[in-house]
Amino acid sequence: MSDLVKKNASELVSLLQSREISSVELTTEFLNRINATNGVVNSYLHVNDETALLAAATVDGSRAAGKPLHPLAGLPIAVKDNLTTTDAPTTSGSKILEGWVPPYDATVVSKLRAAGMPILGKTNLDEFAMGSSTEFSAFGPSRNPWALDRIPGGSGGGSSSAVAGYLAPIALGSDTGGSIRFPASVTGTVGIKPTYGAVSRYGLIALASSLDQVGPVSRNVLDAALLQDVIAGHDPHDSTSLPESLGSMAEAAKKLDVKGMRIGVIKELTGAGFQTGVSERFNQSLQLLADAGAEIVEVSCPSFEYAIAAYYLILPAEASSNLAKFDSVRFGMRVAPEGNPTIERVMAATREAGFGPEVKRRIILGTYALSSGYYDAYYGSAQKVRTLIQRDFAAAFEKADVLVSPTAPTTAFKLGEKVEDPLAMYLNDIATIPANLAGIPGISIPNGVASEDGLPVGIQFLAPAREDARLYHVGAALEAMQDSAWGYNMMSQAPDLHDLIAKGGF
Amino acid sequence: MSEITPDLVRHLAGLSRILVTDEEVTHLTEQLSLIVDSVATVKAAVEGDVPATSHPIAMANVFREDVVEASMTQDQALSGAPDSAQGRFKVNAILGEE
Amino acid sequence: MAKAELMNYEKALEQFEVVIGLEVHVELNTNTKMFCGCANIFGDEPNTNVCPICIGLPGSLPAVNKKAVESSIAIGLALGCQIAPNGRFSRKNYFYPDLAKNFQTSQYDEPIAFEGSIEVEVPSGKKFTVEIERAHMEEDAGKLTHIGGNTGRIQGAEYSLVDYNRAGVPLVEIVTKVVYGAGAEAPELAAAYVRLIREMVKAMDVSDARMERGNVRCDANVSLRPHGDPKLGTRTETKNVNSLRSIERAVRYEIQRQAHILANGGKITQETRHWHEDKGATSAGRPKSDADDYRYFPEPDLVPVQPSVEWVESIRATLPENPALRRRRLQDEWAFSDLEFRDVVNAGLLDQLVETVEAGAKPQAARKWWTGELARLANSEDKDVSELNITGVQVAELATLVEAGKLNDRLAREVLTYVLAGEGSPAQVVAARGLEVVSDDGALLAAIDAALASQPDVLEKIREGKLQAAGAVIGAVMQAMKGSADAGRVRELIIERANQG
Repeated sequence: MSDLVKKNASELVSLLQSREISSVELTTEFLNRINATNGVVNSYLHVNDETALLAAATVDGSRAAGKPLHPLAGLPIAVKDNLTTTDAPTTSGSKILEGWVPPYDATVVSKLRAAGMPILGKTNLDEFAMGSSTEFSAFGPSRNPWALDRIPGGSGGGSSSAVAGYLAPIALGSDTGGSIRFPASVTGTVGIKPTYGAVSRYGLIALASSLDQVGPVSRNVLDAALLQDVIAGHDPHDSTSLPESLGSMAEAAKKLDVKGMRIGVIKELTGAGFQTGVSERFNQSLQLLADAGAEIVEVSCPSFEYAIAAYYLILPAEASSNLAKFDSVRFGMRVAPEGNPTIERVMAATREAGFGPEVKRRIILGTYALSSGYYDAYYGSAQKVRTLIQRDFAAAFEKADVLVSPTAPTTAFKLGEKVEDPLAMYLNDIATIPANLAGIPGISIPNGVASEDGLPVGIQFLAPAREDARLYHVGAALEAMQDSAWGYNMMSQAPDLHDLIAKGGF
Repeated sequence: MSEITPDLVRHLAGLSRILVTDEEVTHLTEQLSLIVDSVATVKAAVEGDVPATSHPIAMANVFREDVVEASMTQDQALSGAPDSAQGRFKVNAILGEE
Repeated sequence: MAKAELMNYEKALEQFEVVIGLEVHVELNTNTKMFCGCANIFGDEPNTNVCPICIGLPGSLPAVNKKAVESSIAIGLALGCQIAPNGRFSRKNYFYPDLAKNFQTSQYDEPIAFEGSIEVEVPSGKKFTVEIERAHMEEDAGKLTHIGGNTGRIQGAEYSLVDYNRAGVPLVEIVTKVVYGAGAEAPELAAAYVRLIREMVKAMDVSDARMERGNVRCDANVSLRPHGDPKLGTRTETKNVNSLRSIERAVRYEIQRQAHILANGGKITQETRHWHEDKGATSAGRPKSDADDYRYFPEPDLVPVQPSVEWVESIRATLPENPALRRRRLQDEWAFSDLEFRDVVNAGLLDQLVETVEAGAKPQAARKWWTGELARLANSEDKDVSELNITGVQVAELATLVEAGKLNDRLAREVLTYVLAGEGSPAQVVAARGLEVVSDDGALLAAIDAALASQPDVLEKIREGKLQAAGAVIGAVMQAMKGSADAGRVRELIIERANQG
């Protein structure tokens, strides 16, 4: 395998800028890698063989002609398949949108194109981003490149497995309750959910409108920072997008000094519910940070007890409304039952056939949470829990500059292990959900492997709204400390994907 | 213990325009009961006068000037349509009236 | 459609108290739609004024039209409402093919305007205060065409076609509180109220206010209860009332229909009914059931609207004159009697008269033409006077020609028909068709002499003081002149002739 695909995005960017490699060369390498491995890993639902190379060639031509280019021009990227692209089908992991080619690009996709970044393809996800293992994709799950019989996390398992398996240098994901951060945690990659509104949601197929955010997926913190700098910014098409810029994340990622930084350990996100190896690694990294001069304090967020419950009321409620548009009329699947069915029947039959079981479950649950007579008890109460969670965070951020927790309670579990048990599945997001409810940003960076199973562990930092820069700062600092302390970069410990595929047994 | 009954599930499926088989109704009733029981804790969580948060980041008055922007062409609009005729989306006969 | 039985109207009112409530939707005349930049235009090719937002494509997001908010505030202020300092949009969730997202972005419990009132005058002169519950912002749905049935309606149609050009057009929904005490004048009150809304929004230039185009739509709620009964009766909501006439007729019909049922011990079904102008009746639509659980929740894709006091006051400063005050002023200026003025208002001709008088006609002349000949012509074609193909400026021109003696009444009426047929302005028609009154005495005298030749004893009779004898001659002369003579002048000339000896 070419060494090129293993290089970090920032390295590749240097090589492109200095013309040591061309974008076409680089893009071809990734396409070859995808060709060789995607059949097993199933990171990509659609590969843009032609259009990616076309975009790459255009950049090479412009560079040769001396035209001014965006710093990341020529760097290929994978895009989660719930972001609309005019040159590739956008399925959101669902049969109901199979083959749908949108007539418009998502704002973030337009920004990638404007930056001259060839789009390698669309990555797999749990159907409509509902899930934490990618097992609810209508097109089969993706596999974790660390162990092919294990989940790559979800909903963005396609992007995380692509980046972890070197099928892309970086990728875009979306995070509603942990869909970027949990996959990052279990695949040894980096994932960020920016502050709500920092990145445009226009063109992101909505799951829960008040929780969704688009964010970077990468192998190291600086790469993610570079990508956030491309995609972030106010969008007049998104009324919830922040009016102001949050500054350069790449600059923040270069700050490696944490002396005096107050780091708050969230009491409720430690302890018995967390796998031993996860806790071990967590404590080790806290020590690293303390050794580097950070002040570790304890904070308590008692309302987190209700976070999952609130989330699983708010999300289905908003999703039930957002998914009503999938009705066979204007786009997507249409199923016409026998006889002379009315449109009502066609809609119902289409949605029955087009939506998977988790989606149906959540739509019906959401409909219930909003229905008359139940609104106050369920949706209404859940929105109040949000207020409590925001208050807890506000109090915690009085005592700490960033908060910290393990990203997830466990390492990657086996495919099929939790798929019949929705409640067990929901618990994967226990640490990630609060940030979405409050709108604050969160990052997951690799935190070594667990001693009991040798699988990746993630550590999560949270910052107040609009303080995304703090996450890149502390994330990059810890990353450097880890490399230094362990003597190696974590991704270098991943098994070789070709070997794993050859070995089989999954 | 829960308020979720098969009849309620059928009603909700109807409201959401999703056809459900009897088997699915049984399955869903079970699963939703479990889920609803576990999320019902939120009711207890919010005693007293706690305001609801509908928007995580406080913002107001985001407006667009009343200036025409380019629309799609008819072809673009119909590009995903499962069925169309005379420049319009075609659907089966409608049962109810709104 | 089964013909319902109706109780005699007066009898119905003897037995029951009438209670009404009105919901009026005003379509705003902004350049763009409520939540996207597509053009707000009537009549273009289907699905050409659409974008991912208004056809509800996955990933699309709404963006609020500032002018629509401004217009909504203006309407609220004109209705005497308070303007909400903070309000969120809501989603109203239901499935229907003309609803691109299968939810309507609207306002539920936080309308932009609330608690207002407005004075409405009915034809009898009685004044009612109609209280306004709320006015809120929402978006219109697309247009459905039903194909294959025999009436173009839903029943019996084979399939339907959807055009989303209208989807997303800004609407303001105005909801009155329950209106008590209208009694026998409930139908007139309903129509007068809607007429007033129309006048208002037109004067404010926030809507084209053309009912035939659906710019102003009315749903009428009617219920009856026995006199003295404190409990409200079951109400029906009648939709599809597209003109002021229809509103009046529909309310009256519902009163009669409900009265018959109740008097015979029956119960009123709470339902939506449709008005059929051709049959002069309502028919049952969908029963209001729990299918109406709209599951409202605050729209997460939009942030709250918080109009500042400064903004609201600046809008208030741009409001045109209050309609009631305006009417008093005009009546004074025109020196019309109460009855004369009421005639004009009840016929919906106030704006037309204003235009005509501003173009130079005398108020009484303007009134005469509009409430007289033009109203007659409209009625004969079963149209509303406002739908006639003539402007106030043209009527003023006509009145001026008559005033100047260039046309007599008969000629003027003839000219009118040609103007309505689209032949041009009155002056153009007169010129093209040579319809001017002949004011040349010479021509008249020639015709008079000719007529006298066959009626020689007329002059004798006139000299004897029997002036009415001139009539026969006048008639003959008018016929000979093909009506283009001023009958008064002819008479003068005949009498002169007689006196000349």
